[in-house]
Amino acid sequence: MAISFAVGGMELDPALIAALMWVMLFFTAMTGIARAYVQEEETGTALALRLAADSAAIYIGKVLSSFVLLVGVAIVVVPLYLVLFSVAPAMPLALAATVVLGCLGIAVTGTTLSAIVAQVTAQGSLMTVLSFPVMLPLLWIAISATSTAFVGSNLVALAPDLAFMFFYSGMTFVASLVLVEYI
Amino acid sequence: MIWKYAMGLFMAAVIIASFLLVPPTQGLGDMGRIIVYHVPTAWVAVLAYLMSMVHSVAFLRTGDMLRDRKAAIAAGLGTLFCVLATVTGAIWARGAWGMFWNWDPRQTSVFLLLMLYAAYFALRASVQDPDRRAKLAAVYAIFAFLTVPFLVFVVPRVYPTLHPNLINVAERRYEMDSILRLVFLSSVVAFTGLYLWMFDLRLRAENLIDQLERERGN
Repeated sequence: MAISFAVGGMELDPALIAALMWVMLFFTAMTGIARAYVQEEETGTALALRLAADSAAIYIGKVLSSFVLLVGVAIVVVPLYLVLFSVAPAMPLALAATVVLGCLGIAVTGTTLSAIVAQVTAQGSLMTVLSFPVMLPLLWIAISATSTAFVGSNLVALAPDLAFMFFYSGMTFVASLVLVEYI
Repeated sequence: MIWKYAMGLFMAAVIIASFLLVPPTQGLGDMGRIIVYHVPTAWVAVLAYLMSMVHSVAFLRTGDMLRDRKAAIAAGLGTLFCVLATVTGAIWARGAWGMFWNWDPRQTSVFLLLMLYAAYFALRASVQDPDRRAKLAAVYAIFAFLTVPFLVFVVPRVYPTLHPNLINVAERRYEMDSILRLVFLSSVVAFTGLYLWMFDLRLRAENLIDQLERERGN
């Protein structure tokens, strides 16, 4: 809304619209996912949870819930965003795939970082500081894929981007499963 | 001790050779000489980040605090050399492309690399308890390093960049003449030696600080 309010009426480049959309999704995700582990530490349920279940299992659960939540937000926000900016995506399905894969990557990476941040006493803006550089490759590709989906007509051009986003999520997921044991 | 003198002489020889022996590059003239400094610093940065990750993995496996110290030192030196590579790259870009910074994919990825390790040090600074700091920093270092191969090797080859590629992968050859190649490879060796030396100094200093703090605590 704020983005639309500020730049409403201007003719924007599709790449810029795509970039703003992902900036919005990124910060939305940060406020939500940052709470994934912090909540458990604050209410004192973290210890009980750790006793009851394997840390990898807890991690998978948190990723799934963050992912579902994020996709839920995206289902509401992205169409609204497209209407406000009067963008008619040339490849709606490709756009949907990009958004889903992007949300998956953000959920996977964000949950691990949230587990780290939950252990820190002076949290402040640490979550955003840690997440931004780690997620930027993902956002970078997601923005490029989104702007292609807005104007392009060639699905083949999008394939490497989508493959990369899938690979990135998979790689961080596997690494996280191993690493959460130590947090 | 003797190898440090040898290192100093070798480094001096490389610097002199880079100005006197290396022929001006085709199209770039004298500016091409910067390759003798730019590429080795970038190489050392990646090497140091790799070592930081290796020490972090070792820390998580053994819980040895010395490993944590080594990981932090390697990350710090990696950042120093990464800054040097960025600056020499920007100077070269000013001459070759006309501006210091134009968000070429190479420049974007090196910028991200710097941010990644700035975040690593932000994390270290915000945890007080040494054991917890070591554990969290190690996890983040491993996690962060996962994106390094992507930033350093994948992006510049997938996205259109103006950055020159010296090793022609398709034809399996170096795009350099024999003298330049000799000086260039010597420079890589010299900078790697310099990194090892600096690492050793930093480690000894950190060990002394640690010892001092423990004695003061007793």
